[in-house]
Amino acid sequence: MGAVYSYSYSSYARNLLGATIASLAVWAGLYLLLTGRGERFNVGGYLLRISPYMWALYGISFCIGLSVVGAAWGIFIAGSSILGGAVRTPRIATKNLISIIFCEVVAIYGVIMAIVFSAKIQAVNSSSGFSRSDYYTGFSLFWGGLAVGLSNLICGLAVGITGSNAAVADAHDQQLFVKILVIEIFGSVIGLFGLIVGLLVTGKAEDFAGVI
Amino acid sequence: MNEIYFNAYAGYLEGVVRGYRDGLITAPQYLNLTQCETMDDLKLQLATTDYASFLQNEPSPMSTSTLSARCTDALVAEFQYLQQNAAEPISKFLDYITYGYMIDNVILLITGTLHERDTHDLLEKCHPLGFFDTMPALCVATTVQDLYSTVLVDSPLAGYFRECLSAEDLNELNIEIIRNTLHKAYLEDFYAYCQSLGEPTASIMSDILKLEADRRTVNITINSFGTELSKDDRAKLYPRLGNMYPEAQTRLARVDDIDQVKAILEQYSEYKAMLVGVSLGASSGGTGANDVTLEDRFFAREVQFNKDSFEQQFHYGVFYSWLRLKEQEIRNVVWVAECISQQQKDKINNYTSIY
Repeated sequence: MGAVYSYSYSSYARNLLGATIASLAVWAGLYLLLTGRGERFNVGGYLLRISPYMWALYGISFCIGLSVVGAAWGIFIAGSSILGGAVRTPRIATKNLISIIFCEVVAIYGVIMAIVFSAKIQAVNSSSGFSRSDYYTGFSLFWGGLAVGLSNLICGLAVGITGSNAAVADAHDQQLFVKILVIEIFGSVIGLFGLIVGLLVTGKAEDFAGVI
Repeated sequence: MNEIYFNAYAGYLEGVVRGYRDGLITAPQYLNLTQCETMDDLKLQLATTDYASFLQNEPSPMSTSTLSARCTDALVAEFQYLQQNAAEPISKFLDYITYGYMIDNVILLITGTLHERDTHDLLEKCHPLGFFDTMPALCVATTVQDLYSTVLVDSPLAGYFRECLSAEDLNELNIEIIRNTLHKAYLEDFYAYCQSLGEPTASIMSDILKLEADRRTVNITINSFGTELSKDDRAKLYPRLGNMYPEAQTRLARVDDIDQVKAILEQYSEYKAMLVGVSLGASSGGTGANDVTLEDRFFAREVQFNKDSFEQQFHYGVFYSWLRLKEQEIRNVVWVAECISQQQKDKINNYTSIY
């Protein structure tokens, strides 16, 4: 019974908190609007005030972070099935390491792209601040990094699931391994697409230099 | 989306259970088993299967009951390995599977006590998968109220017992009613639990459990002919699920003989195909060599569903299916052994082949 009470109490507290935040936001919005300062609520201006370094470094961390999450996730999906299948048929363990390697490659893509991206970051010494080109570099690194990271995450999951299928099928029937491996290779190509697009997106971006 | 997190808690066990499935006896092996002349031959043939380590220390003139017990030991050892390695959601599913055996054990103990059998003999006969701590205490209970308040209230079966409490004393008919009511409550609960697990477990388990419910419905109907069970009570024993719920069940509750059952079953395309060539009169052991009972057909269909469940990955159904297939295999091996030891070679092929 205690659990029931505490649950309803915590949901009550959460509702109260939500209502408070919503009413504060409405109050602040109306205050700005009615005192003639509505233009202060400016998403575009806010985004422009963010430093290009911030954009670029976020892009790089998304790129490597999401890639590693994808690789790790794929490895545990494939790995636990290989482990289970290998209890009865130990021969699948060595053969199916290739699924683990396919997942690992996804993380390597992320590392390579992070290195390529971070080469564009340099200290800006100009006294008049960032140039327009620096902003372009920041944005392109952000979205390029996000594209690479997300496609590698999905690729890692796809390869992990097919790798798990391959392990289970191989344990049952040896002939199925190669057939499923072909599908797995197609899955692992998805990450390569992200890599290519990431390179293209950031290809025209120049190194940070500041206003010369 | 189930695929991406399923392996976190059940990936290893699924691989293991698929390995067990690959250890099931295949058609060529069955062919070898049926060629055996003596029990020693059979034992020699079984040495190439997973039962080898459980049979090797048995002294040579092996009885069928010993064979059956050792095979069950093999099944239990494998299932317990799964249970020991299971974590939360999957361990609950495995527990649910054992509740069915618990019910059978409870009924076995109550019936045995009614006939004043020795407690130790009864406990040995209980299925090891359905063992629970307070079980030995069941032998002292004499009324249903006693049974519930002293023993079962602490067991996982307590919830299923709610509907049985109206029965006053323990006699043959009441025990049979309790058994069916418990199984009914268990099936409904297990079905609801499987539905809560989401796809694809829900749809796979729903096929298997619906067939089980239909099988129970038909069996209850056929077995209640000529007993003092009233038709209203019969309807209460039917599980409230399955392909025949509720329409055909209400009609089955009112039939009086086996031909009417057949007429109702024939309205379902899948059961119509099952009924072809079935001698409905003899549900317990055929008379001729090629006699097929309805029970056998249900088993064959269940085997089919259980095999299908292995066609998909990332669901819990494989654990249930493997257990049912393994049980069917033990029935097959025991059947072959019985035929060999009783020199009834003409019936030896009446087993339900799996792979």
